[in-house]
Amino acid sequence: MREKKQNNNLNSFKELGIFFAFIIILAVLMILSPKAFARPANLINILKQASINGILAAGMMYVIISGGIDLSVGSIVALSGVIAASFAHPGEYPLIVPILLAVLAGSVVGLINGIGVAYGNIPPFIVTLGTMTIVRGVALIAARGQPVFNVTKEFEKISGGFIFGTIPNLVVYFVVITLVLAFVLTRTVFGRRVYAIGGNETAAKVSGINVEKIKLLVYTLCGFLAGIAGLLLASRIISGNPTSGQSYELDAIAAVIIGGVSMSGGSGKWYGTVIGALMIAVISNGLDILNVSSHFQLIIKGLIIIVAVLVDIKGKAKK
Amino acid sequence: MKSDYVLEMKHIEKSFFGVKILNAVDLQVKPGEVHALIGENGAGKSSLMKILMGIYELDAGEIILNGEKVKFHNPKEALDHGVSMIHQELTPVLDMEVAENIFLGREIKHVNAGLMSLVDKKEQREQTASLFSKLGIDINPKLLMRDLSVAQIQLVEIVKAISLSAKIVIMDEPTSAITDKEIETLFEQITRLKNEGVAIIYISHKMDEIFRIADRITVLRDGHLICTDDANKLNKDQLIMMMVGREITEFFPKQTVEPDDVVLEVKNFCQKKKFQDINFSLRAGEIVGVAGLVGAGRSELVECIFGITHPTSGEIYLRGNKVNIRHPKDAIQNKIALVTEDRKYTGLNLKATVEHNISLVGINNLANYGVINRKNEAAAAEEQIEKMKIKVFSRKSMITSLSGGNQQKVVLSKWLLTEPDIIILDEPTRGIDVGAKRDIYLFMGELAKAGKAILMISSEIPELMGLSDRILVIAAGRLTGELKRNEFSQENIMRLASKFEAN
Repeated sequence: MREKKQNNNLNSFKELGIFFAFIIILAVLMILSPKAFARPANLINILKQASINGILAAGMMYVIISGGIDLSVGSIVALSGVIAASFAHPGEYPLIVPILLAVLAGSVVGLINGIGVAYGNIPPFIVTLGTMTIVRGVALIAARGQPVFNVTKEFEKISGGFIFGTIPNLVVYFVVITLVLAFVLTRTVFGRRVYAIGGNETAAKVSGINVEKIKLLVYTLCGFLAGIAGLLLASRIISGNPTSGQSYELDAIAAVIIGGVSMSGGSGKWYGTVIGALMIAVISNGLDILNVSSHFQLIIKGLIIIVAVLVDIKGKAKK
Repeated sequence: MKSDYVLEMKHIEKSFFGVKILNAVDLQVKPGEVHALIGENGAGKSSLMKILMGIYELDAGEIILNGEKVKFHNPKEALDHGVSMIHQELTPVLDMEVAENIFLGREIKHVNAGLMSLVDKKEQREQTASLFSKLGIDINPKLLMRDLSVAQIQLVEIVKAISLSAKIVIMDEPTSAITDKEIETLFEQITRLKNEGVAIIYISHKMDEIFRIADRITVLRDGHLICTDDANKLNKDQLIMMMVGREITEFFPKQTVEPDDVVLEVKNFCQKKKFQDINFSLRAGEIVGVAGLVGAGRSELVECIFGITHPTSGEIYLRGNKVNIRHPKDAIQNKIALVTEDRKYTGLNLKATVEHNISLVGINNLANYGVINRKNEAAAAEEQIEKMKIKVFSRKSMITSLSGGNQQKVVLSKWLLTEPDIIILDEPTRGIDVGAKRDIYLFMGELAKAGKAILMISSEIPELMGLSDRILVIAAGRLTGELKRNEFSQENIMRLASKFEAN
């Protein structure tokens, strides 16, 4: 029984590790800049900044746990943003139209990714590298290479609005989507199967799991969420920009990995991904406030990714 | 002072997370002897060998090799000192050819220029071919490892160890996946190595083998040294008693069950190149053994019945009704279970907990509208852990923290949770310890008694004869015979199993 206890301690310590790191970074920033950083308004601002990446990261987490990767989400953000903005000009369509079309566009790209991975047996990296490029092209064509401006006030309010006058809508979306996806991942048969195929695909197949169907659903879900993210971004920047969302896929992957999800699939916790997304936002916000140039910020962000994975690997080796 | 021993491990201690897994263990190995190291899984054999190979660090004790105190930090250092190990789980580079695997890490070079050296593939192939012919092994050095059978891969690994001119070769369950004929080749090689003064540490669960080739035997139990003695001073019953710490009476607990109706009928089953024209039936309450050499097509047959692969022709009838099984989920719906041969690759999700592995197949029955009822899941897992006597700290422990025998019980539990009527077991006791084997045998008996039909593939003939009501023998993809209990004998089985060997 002694071993059990120590094992649990070790596990919880490892899981706490990411929390500690997060809290330490928060504490350091609060000490360095108590006035600017620690203001409640700024903390809410951080949540807002984390929200779009957080939504993308949640979808990416499903894909990575299932043993895959999705590089196309940044391009989906651009495409669905362009589509949303194009149908949001004043006096044309009701608000629901741009919303549905944006989400549909993302889901369709996700479905195509899923078909390529699950039924075409093409490695996810290749399929989504391809769709990343194609979808970016489609977005540029759809927008004729120019940002799509002139959207309605209601459209602007999707991301720009507040609840109770203080909490930005974006934060609410982030929290709701995260909670729903966390529930699906941890409590449903679907979530369990995502882990199972990432952990051992052959064993999952032999156990009667329809591996192809689960993969299809996972990539579609990821595309769906990227569609939402694109809609939200377009609303936030009050335009559909076909060059937006560049390298968003990498930020999403970074959040997932910082959160301790294994790149080889089969393991990882949803709250790790949330912390990962928050961490990225906190760091860039904090460094902005400290007047660190955005060039240096890139270096710091990269180092944090590597250190996070290093800690993860060392933690596993000890077990 | 020259010692009698080529290797002495003295008072070796090792703990993980405060639990002692080796407690002042001694091991002395003489040059030119086959030293069997036995014990149940979890007894500490592997840990002891991993310490010797420099994979684990020892907490206390010392290792003396050729009279010199040594401490290896990695397997490379051990290899450089002439200690080599053939692992139970083979780790070949599948996309390299046989010769390249043999010379992996010490390639023959045209010109030596560090990492930029050009490898002399031709010379490597020639040297491999001459090694093979010297050892009487018939494998083309140019083949890719991917294209070899498990048995052939094992032989290549053995040749690799031999070619390293090791002074001590550790063999971890070397016969777990090879045929009797290949076992003979292996034993010839062992004898040859012995005569050259090489010491062999031989880890095995198979008593017959141990008494055939071991000169001395060391028994470990729960991290303690129980005994080291000459093999001819010990017998099988004593060994089993020392290993499990209690006497095992009636090792194969055969339940007598009156077979009921036919539940499964396989008719004219064919799969191109794998097996042809297989016909058999299975009754409720019956345990039917399937004998055959490795590569005879037994696993392919059951995988096909289960829907993992598809037959080119043939039919399956369940209780007289024809069924079409295209996917494992069809088989599961029809109350068939398949415990596959290789628990690590096809049985378990090694990244999950015991609980999640147990509930993997039956999860739908533990959920409402796709939402898992965690109380039911926990209860189901606890019930299986208790029923199967799975030794585990908690249902939430990672599956990898369990011994092989307990992992196998988890695989069984996973399937039993679906309440199957037909249970197919492919090598259910491969590489697991005596205690767990007996638990599984007892459990099979209970299942038969409860009216389940059991089809068991095994390469261990005593196991087949001990448990089966009938034995089907398959050779080169064909059913060559069916034996009733009164016809069971090693000779009868082997005669049918090697029917097409000559061609």
